[in-house]
Amino acid sequence: MKRLLCIFVLAALRLRAQPADSWPTYNGDYSGRRFSPLANLNTDNVRHLSLAWASRVTNGAPGHGVRISATPLMVNGILYFTDLDNVWALDARSGHELWRFYRESKGEMPRTGNRGVAILGDRLYFVTLDNFLVCLDANTGKQRWAVPFADPKLYFFSTVAPVMIRNHVIIATGGDSIDIPGYVEAHDPETGALQWRWRTTPAKGEPGFETWPDEYAANAGGGHPWISGTYDPELNLYYVGTGNPDPVGAGTSRKGDNLWTCSIVALNPDTGKLAWYFQVSPHDTHDWDAVETPVLIDGMIDGRPRKLLAQASRNGYYFLLDRTNGKSVATAAYLATMNWSAQLDPLGRPVPDPAKEPKADGTLVSPPTSGATNWPSPSFSPKTGLFYVGTNEAYSLFYLTDEDAHPQGFAFREAGLGGGKAALLALDYKTGKTVWRHEWRTPNGVYGILTTAGNLLFTGNGNYFIALDAATGKTLWHAGLISPLTNGPISYQLDGRQYVVAGAGDALYAFVLN
Amino acid sequence: MKRFLLVMALVIPALARQDERGLDERGAEIFAAKCAGCHGGGARGLTVETDLMRSTAVRTDQTGPVLRAGHPKANPVPLSEPEQADIAAWLHARVQAVADRGKYPFLNILTGDPKKGQAFFAATCARCHSVTGDLAGIGAKYDPSVLQSLWLSPRRRRGAEAVKTARTVTVTSRDGRVVAGTLERIDEFNLVLRDQDGKYRSFALHDEEPKVEIHDPLQPHYDLYRVLRDTQIHDVTAYLATLQ
Repeated sequence: MKRLLCIFVLAALRLRAQPADSWPTYNGDYSGRRFSPLANLNTDNVRHLSLAWASRVTNGAPGHGVRISATPLMVNGILYFTDLDNVWALDARSGHELWRFYRESKGEMPRTGNRGVAILGDRLYFVTLDNFLVCLDANTGKQRWAVPFADPKLYFFSTVAPVMIRNHVIIATGGDSIDIPGYVEAHDPETGALQWRWRTTPAKGEPGFETWPDEYAANAGGGHPWISGTYDPELNLYYVGTGNPDPVGAGTSRKGDNLWTCSIVALNPDTGKLAWYFQVSPHDTHDWDAVETPVLIDGMIDGRPRKLLAQASRNGYYFLLDRTNGKSVATAAYLATMNWSAQLDPLGRPVPDPAKEPKADGTLVSPPTSGATNWPSPSFSPKTGLFYVGTNEAYSLFYLTDEDAHPQGFAFREAGLGGGKAALLALDYKTGKTVWRHEWRTPNGVYGILTTAGNLLFTGNGNYFIALDAATGKTLWHAGLISPLTNGPISYQLDGRQYVVAGAGDALYAFVLN
Repeated sequence: MKRFLLVMALVIPALARQDERGLDERGAEIFAAKCAGCHGGGARGLTVETDLMRSTAVRTDQTGPVLRAGHPKANPVPLSEPEQADIAAWLHARVQAVADRGKYPFLNILTGDPKKGQAFFAATCARCHSVTGDLAGIGAKYDPSVLQSLWLSPRRRRGAEAVKTARTVTVTSRDGRVVAGTLERIDEFNLVLRDQDGKYRSFALHDEEPKVEIHDPLQPHYDLYRVLRDTQIHDVTAYLATLQ
């Protein structure tokens, strides 16, 4: 155990910068930048990029397809990734399948996605849809143990890729069907035992409780933090975004800001104690989870080096925070059609327009519930100083369906409208202002993004995997896949060659310079 | 599966009773008669403490032991075993209904002023549409929720009607050749059209070549989104609903 910890401490130090020969965490490193330091492949030679291999996988559950929304890890020449209740290990050189693990979830949860595994030494960790944290032997794919952490009967369901910080396996809940509070947890990597739990809504008497009318509301308040967070080893803070409050579309029984829903929070990974929070959507009524990756940027503001955190949030706003204390540095609307908030408060938070809450007769709102963007990974390139995010400019009608004093569940319905546009945006990280905009010819632009030191940006659109010039947004290369990109692409070096790997539907595709 | 078995253990005795009414209906009646006094007609409680929809026992289908033990403890309501099963089934269905967001019924959508809607229609919509022509009787054809979505964002038609809503496209190559037709599909790197003879024509798209100009007859609808007020939307829907 001590040896394992040593290895991981060393790894943790290295993870401040993306290692070239592996992709050892959900985001490649702890920063969430999804920036590869590899430059073998660059704007000059990317036109020669070609397929090394493609590998299809099958689901352990008969009759169910596969949609790889996991970001694969690549460690010691092996790729590890997931879909619901399935884990695969593939040879990163050939795409050959080493093993598959399958564990059937029981219950009535929606079949969403799974974002991947965490690794510590020769152990893998992932969560099942029915809320078990499972530890596997990375060599064999055999289960070592599985511990439940939430009750599927209460409509909890889990999709998060665990994050390893020293001897903490950090996971979180999902699910907002029937008004349940979410939580982040740390578990012991040896035994699976619970180390701490941080709940996304405060208990009576705790700070933040004053933003709820009563225990009834706070105890049912939602806020599920269903995407992996980021970590600053110097500050020893784990940053994670929380989901929307419950009941989702009706705020009647939860008047107030509803902390800590729709927030970016900083937690001590050893204790689970909240260090600070910043709420990006006070009193949300539009299902705009603020779970999008909080990206850590070491930047310069007004000539001073600053430890920053940036999020392009589902609600259409870009937030730049000081990650030592959670104070706002900049807030800017990045979605041209955004219409639910016209001003910011002194803390840099958008002020919601009550007229744009769901109403029985319908309210026209942009963005739709699916958001200006969503969980697919954004990226930050320290080479260009640009923050990249895939966006949809669209509208929906929001219909309140529950006017009870105690509304329940979603409490609203959405009718999506046509005619939307989609664009890949490059934002100035200091201001959130758009530096370039690559408008797609299709109406969906929310795809995972990777940038590299070769000044490349990889993403998807339609059935294509595409490389653009990260500085200008000009398309440099593309490859047609069988289906659209469904995960965040990764890059690593193996045998002196730079690979770029993308997941689309039931297949992984690996590209190299041949 | 365990959950299913638990529910069935409660539900099967109820199923075994020969009764023309559904489980939900029987449960609702018993609940209304014997439970609603404290828990409200919809089981959401008269106070937050009596809200059964947020009760863990209800959500996990564990009402059986509570009712069998006598509830409330101080003055138990007499309930036979079949009645307990009916109530459990009804409560289970209530929780499922909350979780099943795609089936929530719409409330009253027709809140607008039809006269104002008529004025808006005359000023904005009548350029392309007629209430005695293409929109005659539209209010009778659609439920208000569908009607409201449809006039804001009409579906592209199929068959003989498709020509009214199809996108048309003109493709101009670098050497000046022009091909025009109905746009079939477009993505980042390819475009497909049918020309006037119905012939399939596909083009690879590069940065600026060929030049592509698309005309979408539905674009005036999409352009409204940025300027419409919600009250105008409701007024127009209310007006269209009068076209029976």
